[in-house]
Amino acid sequence: MSDRGKYQPLSYFQLMEVTLRELLVEKGVLTEEQVAAEVQAMRDRTPERGARVVAHAWTHPEYKERLLENGTKACEELGLEIPALKLVVVENMPEVHNVIVCTLCSCYPRVLLGIPPDWYKSRSYRSRMVREPRKVLAEFGLEIPEKTTIRVHDSTADMRYMVLPMRPPGTEGWSEERLAALVSRNAMIGVAVAQRPATG
Amino acid sequence: MWSSVVEVKYKVGEKVKVMKAYPLGHVRTPFYIRGHVGTIERLCGSFPNPEELAQMRDGLPAQPLYRVRFRQKDVWPDYRGGAADVLEVEIFQHWLEKA
Amino acid sequence: MGGLPAGKVEPTEHDYAAWERRVDALSMLMGRKGVTVDERRKNIEMLPPEAYDKMSYYERWVVSLAQALIQRGIITTAEIARKMSDVEQRG
Repeated sequence: MSDRGKYQPLSYFQLMEVTLRELLVEKGVLTEEQVAAEVQAMRDRTPERGARVVAHAWTHPEYKERLLENGTKACEELGLEIPALKLVVVENMPEVHNVIVCTLCSCYPRVLLGIPPDWYKSRSYRSRMVREPRKVLAEFGLEIPEKTTIRVHDSTADMRYMVLPMRPPGTEGWSEERLAALVSRNAMIGVAVAQRPATG
Repeated sequence: MWSSVVEVKYKVGEKVKVMKAYPLGHVRTPFYIRGHVGTIERLCGSFPNPEELAQMRDGLPAQPLYRVRFRQKDVWPDYRGGAADVLEVEIFQHWLEKA
Repeated sequence: MGGLPAGKVEPTEHDYAAWERRVDALSMLMGRKGVTVDERRKNIEMLPPEAYDKMSYYERWVVSLAQALIQRGIITTAEIARKMSDVEQRG
């Protein structure tokens, strides 16, 4: 499991990773197989999982209520494996837009949506989203009108958050699979909205 | 769930103030919110104190954790957004007092 | 760091390198064995400010994991030193 194939010497930090892993394996704390399995499990956790939850909520109003009441239980209802996740789902409405940030580090519903993007962990996102959300959203290309209330959620402790974007118009009668394809990871963080169906 | 839990003190809708304290060590109450007044949006449950967990202690008794809602214009003197804009933050009970 | 002035958000993303994914995996696995994310966060917060800015996200996390393992006595500093030198020489 070495990175030597790239013809570059390992950096101090890459060396550190190999070192920790080999020591832990030697001491019988972990096995290489467990590490490989965990890497794969994380790779399998993609935003599509969250998009499925959103599409199901859009098409099942009672499920949506349960999702808003207890995000964890509702995801488990759909058979999603989300170890130890304490999920809160917040709903976008015409008069309310939600957006998630973790100012203290980079808390994110990883076991549902996968590893968060670099920008979510950046100093600028984390410092500015709590203070000037409209400006930061505009930098993402999302303009929120003054009369829409913005709710910024700072993920400071044990809970993790996902935004339930609004269902785009013109999608009546669509299957859950088709609907899920309109939901991006960025829409579930709140820096984007769900895509509208292509016209024509 | 936890072997010991602190009694839940606050109800949804109640006004609370975040303590203005600056202890050493790992703390999950952001600097920017200390000293501000908000309302309880919900009780999330009770969890071991992260300040203690960070020091390899068990963090018990578990502390009630709330989501507290603040008006942006109350938190930032120069806030230039909607008057109804809010900021919702998870805060542990031991950081809160009645407002 | 909420509310502090900062520059424009660069919407960068990179496809994580294999070693970075392994740091993530090691952290998750050790978390299940009781090395809490809180300890690791505390170690990140204890990094000197210049180091914090110079190091990338996973560089910070691998250092903080190492510190947590040392703090818990799972691994010693001497073992890390010896092993790092072995790995480097192995090529």
